[in-house]
Amino acid sequence: MIKQFALTAAAALVLSGGVASAAGDTELRPAESHGTHDVAFSFEGPFGTYDQMQLQRGLQVYTEVCSSCHGMQYVPIRTLSSESGPGLPEDQVRAYAEQFLVTDELSNPQLFDRESEEYRALTPNDHFPANHSQGAPDLSLMAKARAGFHGPYGTGISQFFNGIGGPEYIVSLLTGYTGEEKEEAGTIFYENTAFPGGWISMAPPLYGEDVEFADGHPNSLHHEAVDVAAFLMWAAEPQMMARKKTGFIAVIFLTVLTVLLYATNKRLWKPVKKAAKEA
Amino acid sequence: MAGIPHDPYEPKTGAEKWVTRRLGIIGLLYDTMVIPTPKNLNWMWIWGIVLAFCLGLQIVTGVILAMHYTPQVDMAFASIEHIMRNVNGGHFLRYLHMNGASLFFFAVYLHIFRGLYYGSYKEPREITWIIGILIYLCMMGTAFMGYVLPWGQMSFWGATVITGLFGAIPFIGEPIQTWLLGGPAVENATLNRFFSLHYLLPFVIAGLTIVHIWAFHTTGNNNPTGVEVRRGSKEEAKKDTLPFWPYFVIKDFYALALILIFFFAIVGWMPNYLGHPDNYIEANPLVTPAHIVPEWYFLPFYAILRAFTSDVWVVMFTNWITFGLVDAKFFGVIAMFGAIIVWALVPWLDTSRVRSGRYRPMFKWWFAIYCVDFVVLMWVGAMPAEGIYPYISLAGSAYWFAFFLVILPLLGVIEKPEEAPETIEADFDAHYGTPEGSAAATPAE
Repeated sequence: MIKQFALTAAAALVLSGGVASAAGDTELRPAESHGTHDVAFSFEGPFGTYDQMQLQRGLQVYTEVCSSCHGMQYVPIRTLSSESGPGLPEDQVRAYAEQFLVTDELSNPQLFDRESEEYRALTPNDHFPANHSQGAPDLSLMAKARAGFHGPYGTGISQFFNGIGGPEYIVSLLTGYTGEEKEEAGTIFYENTAFPGGWISMAPPLYGEDVEFADGHPNSLHHEAVDVAAFLMWAAEPQMMARKKTGFIAVIFLTVLTVLLYATNKRLWKPVKKAAKEA
Repeated sequence: MAGIPHDPYEPKTGAEKWVTRRLGIIGLLYDTMVIPTPKNLNWMWIWGIVLAFCLGLQIVTGVILAMHYTPQVDMAFASIEHIMRNVNGGHFLRYLHMNGASLFFFAVYLHIFRGLYYGSYKEPREITWIIGILIYLCMMGTAFMGYVLPWGQMSFWGATVITGLFGAIPFIGEPIQTWLLGGPAVENATLNRFFSLHYLLPFVIAGLTIVHIWAFHTTGNNNPTGVEVRRGSKEEAKKDTLPFWPYFVIKDFYALALILIFFFAIVGWMPNYLGHPDNYIEANPLVTPAHIVPEWYFLPFYAILRAFTSDVWVVMFTNWITFGLVDAKFFGVIAMFGAIIVWALVPWLDTSRVRSGRYRPMFKWWFAIYCVDFVVLMWVGAMPAEGIYPYISLAGSAYWFAFFLVILPLLGVIEKPEEAPETIEADFDAHYGTPEGSAAATPAE
């Protein structure tokens, strides 16, 4: 995530905004350990931003595929209209909420309408529904709850340059199925090169061409995986762009303050040091 | 103050006189701010200000976070997400608080190691040192309980492991553990009391900090030479010292601002780098994480805790001599707390009469190894207890105790210390004066 960390503040000023524009760049580079591949996401580095179109595509993958088993209970639907997120117009968000298919009604008692004794449709003020129907983990924070790039020797120093590796792990997992299956105690496990232990109980959710992207973007397995991983990163860290901006302002302000204090300190001590020289 | 002769406070304006006749607070603040400070303090003396800043930062951000947080097991995790997503600026406050703890510990370790190197614990500063160790213990407790509050997987399992340490104490261990947890296991009662104590302890730290400052204002600051300020007359003292304000306040603020650039870069651009991904998974008593690891700042002590397994001869011998009362688990707990107790006892374990490590040729090397040892323990503390890592932990822990219990007492006897400068003024002049003088001196500012 912090590939551009080495940039000095001055150089950073010049390059501001335009650095990690390798958005949607989908070349895979094998990284060390656990089969997590590095992916060049647009939101990496101090100036990386979310790619709105990519988030919308990822949302489409989540809605059409993931949401049948996975909930996302900490993400308010209204935030889909966020400028630093998918940025959907508000009427579209309303329509999206109304037609969202809640597969696990029992886990969402907040949607039960006592008057009509029926489950009501979602509104933008609701969160995405929880979904425990298949025992699948909630995806709200998945991109921050997983990691890659642990080395070298477990020090985690490579995370400093490559990022924590959550979204990369998701991409690697979704594309890491070998096609092998085995049955243990009545459960089918699928071999996966990214999953710790190598066998995962989630059936391959994506095969490629599972969704038809509205923007005509390629829908190969890898593209879908990258897009949904980017969307999940936004879901986990919706305030990332505001955070980076605040950090940037703070760093600039503190740099100026440091220079001023350096000069003040130098001047303050000058007579004392001069006296020492003459002593 | 500090027994160093200086001009006492004189109220000048009418308002000052009015207040001073009723409450001596202006004089107290004035004396604190202009305390004569050795003018040769180097850049390792800036961590105190960084620590004071950290305490302030943690209290201010923490008080605001507490306004939005819910200490209840079903809602705690969700309330953190509420802060991260819905509270104005909440995400930044939370990341400041999270990483503020890391800066706090980073600074306190450098502060402690500075004290160890320059002999800041030696007569007459033992009380300053011990209050400092008490502050460090309170920091550990506060940080540990704060880490439980987000109610993630590491929060829950960290709390389970650490409170389990108390359960290792023979006879009274289990009642103590139950009393700490408020029940048989980590649950809602635990979360509630940890929240309460996490809010309380920082104010205890603030109180202890005042005593800490009071103590070293009584003795005067140590300095890189370990030579005391001359107290014969005001003129003499003035040659060795400068008033804290403005000379050291400006210097410290400069260093603080520089450090904060890096701090805000981390908070803004990689706030989760120092955290653990598992803590973004809500606590689940039924699923144990593959590796339970504490935050980085506890890793050296965690390594010591895990180093003494039942196949180590010291542990076997202790087990046999105590008729099985002290098992490997309890031994590990004793070792972990012992590692901090030897810190507290160092004023009496170090037999050398030379204060500063700068003039102790042998001590320098053993101390350097001890610093490396600390980093190595931090690294193995994060590794799984298998393969070669347990041996490294054991060797590292052994050196820790050897350094304090064997090397420091012996060095005072066998080491031939070098000549320290006569006065602080001489050291300062040697550094900033003529080239011949500065060649012999080490950096001071």
